Amino acid sequence: MFVLIVGAGRVGSAVAKRALAEGHEVSVLDEDPLSHERLEEIDGQTWEDAGGLFTVGTALEVDALIEAGVQRADVFIASTDGDNTNLTVAQVAQRRFGVGNVVCRVMDPARAAWYAEQGLRTISPTRHAIEMFEQALGLGS
Amino acid sequence: MYVIIVGAGKVGLNLARELIDKGHEVTLLESDRRRYLVVEEELEHVVQYGDATELWVLERAGIQRGDLVVAVTGDDEDNMLVCQVAKEKYECERVIARVNNPRNLQHFKLLGVQPVVSATDLILRLIEHEVPRYGLVHLLALEEERLEIIELEVQAGAPAAGLRVADVRLPEGSLVISVLRAGRGFVPTPDTIVEAGDQVLLVLDAGLEEQITPVFSYAE
Repeated sequence: MFVLIVGAGRVGSAVAKRALAEGHEVSVLDEDPLSHERLEEIDGQTWEDAGGLFTVGTALEVDALIEAGVQRADVFIASTDGDNTNLTVAQVAQRRFGVGNVVCRVMDPARAAWYAEQGLRTISPTRHAIEMFEQALGLGS
Repeated sequence: MYVIIVGAGKVGLNLARELIDKGHEVTLLESDRRRYLVVEEELEHVVQYGDATELWVLERAGIQRGDLVVAVTGDDEDNMLVCQVAKEKYECERVIARVNNPRNLQHFKLLGVQPVVSATDLILRLIEHEVPRYGLVHLLALEEERLEIIELEVQAGAPAAGLRVADVRLPEGSLVISVLRAGRGFVPTPDTIVEAGDQVLLVLDAGLEEQITPVFSYAE
């Protein structure tokens, strides 16, 4: 499987490393060259030596997406720290490049829910946090 | 008509003023607290504080009965998504979005957001109309090669103030394409006199700004 991950923050980089370790092809796109540091040390190897790809670029720039391999991506993960960036690039990947499996991080639970109804797979960490706090309080049980 | 304007920058604020003058009902949304407080002194309840990409902020502004949503923030993703949600979720029939980076135009189209307004595109079209054929080819070719368009205010006592446009000493690779004066914009002729207080638009090769700024500023 070819996995393209946009946004190498804590979440994106962790998923990237795990996917690479499990034998997938993984390409990471981030506008900050320093974010590469989060990808270091896969079993003592550098990210590139372990087979990972890394592209510096802005996700809204189509050229950057293409360089990072969006055209052959099986899975597209939008995990930058901006909801609006994630929602936009996820829709670009889905509609323009026809990526089959697009997953998008959306902090705002209301929009995560609405875009999910529109056919976008969204993950809302805020929603999960709310649910876990509610569980911890024994609410609704 | 009830109009919701997203972004209370220069564009949004002036648009709100004009529409209110024409008798329309307007709500202006601004997500920056400091900017909101400034605008609120003038427009009072017309402006609301909040991030319009959040659904509840749009709902609080009454999006359900909105006739028109105009998204003119400096952020293209915000403008795009606000308009998409307005159209598709709230069935607002008319939206207008501002495109800050012309390269994002394709994304607006992809998400079905139109019409859009792009200042860069408008100015490029103006150049097409006003610049001689020879220059036109040159300038359009430069678009790929880091062409810039900048706006400057002419300060009193600046080298350019009081000169004919033709006599203003600009570095090669730059051109005055528009003058904004007393709320009006026009394309100057070589005989147009540059006045202090004018806003001038220049098109230039990337990297020339530092040579151009002193021409329009007053050095003590």
